[in-house]
Amino acid sequence: MRLRVLAAMSGGVDSAVAAARAAEAGHDVTGVHLALSANPQSHRTGARGCCTIEDSRDARRAADVIGIPFYIWDMAERFQRDVVEDFVSEYAAGRTPNPCLRCNEKIKFEAVLDRALALGFDAVATGHHARLVDGVLSRSPDEGKDQSYVLGVLTREQLGHAMFPLGDSTKAQVRQEAARRGLMVADKPDSHDICFIADGDTRGFLERRLGTAPGPIVDASGEVVGSHEGAYGFTVGQRKGLHIDRPAPDGRPRYVLSIEPVSNTVTVGPRSALEVTTVEAVRPVWNGPVAAPYEPLACMVQLRAHGEVYGCRVQVSGEQVHVALDSPATGVAAGQAAVFYLEDTVIGSATIARAA
Amino acid sequence: MESAYLDHAATTPMLPEAVEAMTAQLGRVGNASSLHTAGRRTRQVVEEARESIAEALGARPSEVVFTSGGTEADNLAVKGLYWSRRAKGANRILISAVEHHATLDPAHWLGDHQGAVVEPLEVDEYGRVHPQTLRAAIERDPGSVALVSVMWANNEVGTVQPVRVLAAIARDHGIPFHTDAVQAVGQLPVVFADAGVDALTLSGHKVGGPMGTGALLLARGIDPVPVLHGGGQERDVRSGTLDAPSVAGMAAAVRIAVARQAETAVRLTALRDDLVTRIRQAVPDVILNGDPVNRLPGNAHFSFPGCEGDALLMLLDAKGVECSTGSACSAGVAQPSHVLLAMGADAVRARGSLRFTLGHTSTPSDVDRVTGVIAGVVERARRAGLT
Repeated sequence: MRLRVLAAMSGGVDSAVAAARAAEAGHDVTGVHLALSANPQSHRTGARGCCTIEDSRDARRAADVIGIPFYIWDMAERFQRDVVEDFVSEYAAGRTPNPCLRCNEKIKFEAVLDRALALGFDAVATGHHARLVDGVLSRSPDEGKDQSYVLGVLTREQLGHAMFPLGDSTKAQVRQEAARRGLMVADKPDSHDICFIADGDTRGFLERRLGTAPGPIVDASGEVVGSHEGAYGFTVGQRKGLHIDRPAPDGRPRYVLSIEPVSNTVTVGPRSALEVTTVEAVRPVWNGPVAAPYEPLACMVQLRAHGEVYGCRVQVSGEQVHVALDSPATGVAAGQAAVFYLEDTVIGSATIARAA
Repeated sequence: MESAYLDHAATTPMLPEAVEAMTAQLGRVGNASSLHTAGRRTRQVVEEARESIAEALGARPSEVVFTSGGTEADNLAVKGLYWSRRAKGANRILISAVEHHATLDPAHWLGDHQGAVVEPLEVDEYGRVHPQTLRAAIERDPGSVALVSVMWANNEVGTVQPVRVLAAIARDHGIPFHTDAVQAVGQLPVVFADAGVDALTLSGHKVGGPMGTGALLLARGIDPVPVLHGGGQERDVRSGTLDAPSVAGMAAAVRIAVARQAETAVRLTALRDDLVTRIRQAVPDVILNGDPVNRLPGNAHFSFPGCEGDALLMLLDAKGVECSTGSACSAGVAQPSHVLLAMGADAVRARGSLRFTLGHTSTPSDVDRVTGVIAGVVERARRAGLT
């Protein structure tokens, strides 16, 4: 069926090839570059791959080569509010947000999708590496590039209007195809890190936004072992950058175990203390081929981007999700998503609130 | 799909005579500054073009300074006049708030980096500069005014300024007056000598000539400091090898556009009025921006309440109607038009605006096409709303 497709084009190779494939499949494709920064930089610095004037030109050039109309949509206000401010306030609350996931949820498949549908489009296509067949999301065959985790928060309704044309391909295949199609972005480096933190210094970014807030670093017994300039600068499972000048009694490295924003306290301890076997999560989304598990369901869970996958039993009660892991996990941070899989198929997700 | 091109203010198709004049010269060798036969032959082409443009616009040939286009001519006028007048102790630049960025931005750059004091001249709800506004601004301290710049007709909303009256006020105080007439030539009678202006900007591709060429008409005795230094080809005010093919093409276009101006104005006014009437019928709450009477014959500029201009443009493009939101872009992100804001429009009205501009190839079927689809497009854009 010929659909009217809005292809979100970042200026990178993935979204360019995705748009080209959608057009080649016979759809009526219009390219749109999302301007997410009110003050874009002219040129890319380092390995970042979006949000500069150069990227918007790359996207437009790719659209011209593909032969589709191209426009720029100003989403800077929405992005600032729903992604950047959210990112800052989540850290301030002692959680560890995933802004890419948030951008998919609130910008690409909410603000953009809503506008696209109102303007008469049927679907939004992106260059994500994930399979989407009949509204069911599953992992990309390219394990290293799989992005099903950052899409796992989308609702059935959102997935129903999504199109991921790269679903069956590896990144290497996408690059080859871009070169074959004469898309100049074929060799463009992958984007990394957080697009709105140009220099990659997340702690510095948060410090500029939240100011410094000195507080103690304590061990599990409550003894003060060091100090910090702001609890928001830490994430559960972090080992580097603690600046504790005394070694632990057992000489083992110390990790961040928890962040308590009210008392502005960071608790550290040995790696063994990081291990958790239960995860409590909120805001469940059941978007796969199975119904919400009101009785315990055996499945797999991924607890962070590119993280390990654990066997678990998941159960939903109201807005709460209880996850019992089959084996201990480490570095489980509040604010990250727990995405549930049966084999490679996404069945749902929830936002991690606590782990023990 | 057939399309209706309604963006002649952005650029208009080249006239066949201009294509012919330009292509004839493209195959010939010769630098107009060279002394040998080939150089003399090229110089002949350039000087005939200069004389032709001067005659068409009521100027002397020596008053025509060729440039790479309207932007360069505006930069030369604003920066060059400021620099020459600053040497005499004047530092205020009086400039209408609705100028094109090619005039506005050089002025503000001079303000930011070169000690100029930029004083925007307010406009009324139709975008007009009132003579009294200019008079009052000058009389605050006449000796400190370096130059005045007010465009002949506005590129976005089409409002025609009372240039003759404004220029006379500046002249009373011996202050140089520049006008950007890029949109006016070919649509309105433009006579340099009668207008009483000291500098006038002209663009090739807006009148049916080639892109990348333009001119600044500079009255005798007006000597701006150059922006481009080099061989001194144009009156020592503008350097660079003259682009003989483009200059020949522009001269042919100016000659024809000016000769046909009266007839074009009547024809485009009728088409434009029909467009306005039928768009009002289709979208009763539409707002026509700009002066309802004193406007460019080919210009119709609207605000569609509750719509985003970008969305309208995209939906119309998909229906084969090519128009413009008329606003400036940085990284392609539309900013609310400074012209509409200066006219007192709020940001929402400014964001929901669209410009349709007619030109020498426009026909009634272009008007039929846009008026046939506009109601549905506006309804759809309203559903998408102002996000």
